[in-house]
Amino acid sequence: MIEVSELTVRFGGVLPLDRMSVTFEEGTCGLIGPNGAGKTTFFNVLSGFVKPVSGTVSAFGEDLLAMTHYRRARWGVRRTFQTEQAIEELSVYDNVAMIHENSKATRSSRREDVLGAIEFVKLDVNPNAKVGTLGAAERRLVEVARAVVGKPRLVLLDEPAAGLPDEETAVLSEVIRAIPQHMGALVILVDHDMSLVSSCCEKTAVLDFGKMIASGPTTEVLRDERVMRAYLGTEEVAA
Amino acid sequence: MEPRSLVRPAVAVALVAFAFLFIPSIFSLYYVNAWTQVAIWSIVTLGLGVLVGRVGMVSLGQGAVLAMGAWVAARILFATGLPYPVVLLASGLITMVLGTLVGLPALRMSGLYLALITLMLAGAITIVLQNIQFPNGGHGFTGYNGATVHIPPIRRPSIATTDPAFFRYSVIVAVLMFVLVLVHLRGRPGRAWAAIRQSEAAALAGGINTTLYKLWAFALASFITGVAGGLVAGFYHYLNSLTFATSDSITLLAVVLMGGAYSMTGAVVAAFLLKFLQQLLNDWGVSPDWLTILFGIGVLQVLTTAPRGIVEQMPKDIARLARLVRGLFSRPASPQEHES
Repeated sequence: MIEVSELTVRFGGVLPLDRMSVTFEEGTCGLIGPNGAGKTTFFNVLSGFVKPVSGTVSAFGEDLLAMTHYRRARWGVRRTFQTEQAIEELSVYDNVAMIHENSKATRSSRREDVLGAIEFVKLDVNPNAKVGTLGAAERRLVEVARAVVGKPRLVLLDEPAAGLPDEETAVLSEVIRAIPQHMGALVILVDHDMSLVSSCCEKTAVLDFGKMIASGPTTEVLRDERVMRAYLGTEEVAA
Repeated sequence: MEPRSLVRPAVAVALVAFAFLFIPSIFSLYYVNAWTQVAIWSIVTLGLGVLVGRVGMVSLGQGAVLAMGAWVAARILFATGLPYPVVLLASGLITMVLGTLVGLPALRMSGLYLALITLMLAGAITIVLQNIQFPNGGHGFTGYNGATVHIPPIRRPSIATTDPAFFRYSVIVAVLMFVLVLVHLRGRPGRAWAAIRQSEAAALAGGINTTLYKLWAFALASFITGVAGGLVAGFYHYLNSLTFATSDSITLLAVVLMGGAYSMTGAVVAAFLLKFLQQLLNDWGVSPDWLTILFGIGVLQVLTTAPRGIVEQMPKDIARLARLVRGLFSRPASPQEHES
């Protein structure tokens, strides 16, 4: 369970996150909102790239913000990036193995775990192929494989389906839905593709201008008047 | 492993073995010495290649790191009777510490600023070495006594006092350094460096301690450059501040970019460009200063048309040439075509 309380981030005079409070309980949770709402900033706080000015994040009872950024991966935070960041120079296997060797998983299980993760994301390529030679959808899957290997506890997916055609999004959707069950991790999914969010997430939270405007079961949230207004760009509704 | 992936290592081993066995008998002593320099400087270019090509940190200070390595080795060689491999190891380790200090700015800056800072550090080191002078058999910390005549030569390994033997000795040391780097590249540091070069954010999110691995790269590059410095000391027998210039660091980067910073073969090509061409021009009575112009044009050409260096461009060019030649011969000799 991730409990976010009164989280505020300030960039000069702008507040990308403004006293954001939300709880992600289990399974796959959606996080949606218009462009510039603060979704990626929130992920950056969880990854340790951005320091909030106030607020707390408790992850399974531990203070996540107190951990050094690179140690969070060892603890179990994994993420994918809006612009996919699989390492081009390395093979598919090495890309995933790299995460494994910086995790809590043991060395003896590396080969099995890495190949298992590649299979789990339904990536059907030679594990020795360089990522630079793969297509966009395959590289996305490499990144997801990186996110699920080595005992993850919190998987952050930042627009994993951006730029993918529908049939590949469908494959990805199946993979995402299977993560909590198979890997035992909590998944937070950010995406603009509402069909992906509704098919993967039972619960969804909505950010707008750095503030949480709604949170709850996905179907209800998507029908919420404030959410629809936020997406249609009408003026902010006073809470 | 697939059989195809064994071809390149096999070719590399065969070429090195050929060089090791036959260069001393094929070439005159003058060119044997040129090849010795290629072997030694290939270690230096390999180190810079790791920094620039693998981690993406542009250092213009590696020439000065080499000078420090040579200084340290010369000092130890004069002061002690330690076996040469031990001296090489010691100069490597001491240079590793000093060179990592040169790399410290890399933790805070990158690109142009890192290049500038390392260049200025190289300048500073060169000035310090000019003032304390290179050891010439004197006593005290600096080992310099102001003598200009009757200077004892810096010794070479007892098994490699002659030029051909020293060539072979240098090749063996270079091979060991290449293996050391290869082990790094194939392992955890290599993966971490590839991640850092592409995206520091992705590396951090992947649990990589980027500070540690950046310093590790500088430590490795400085270690092997320090070992190369030990070979330089024995090769020249006498060192002075003119042996190393600050501008060497810039030329080093130029040849590394031309040879190919992303591959280990590129390091050998870079050393060949740097040292063999120099000796060749000397032999022909042409001033090696022309090389500066050649390297300038070379870097421009490489950066615009073959950013991965000569090593990766050559096979493509040869394949293209082969296709062209094949095309010429397989062209149907129809009368119409001749008329047109």
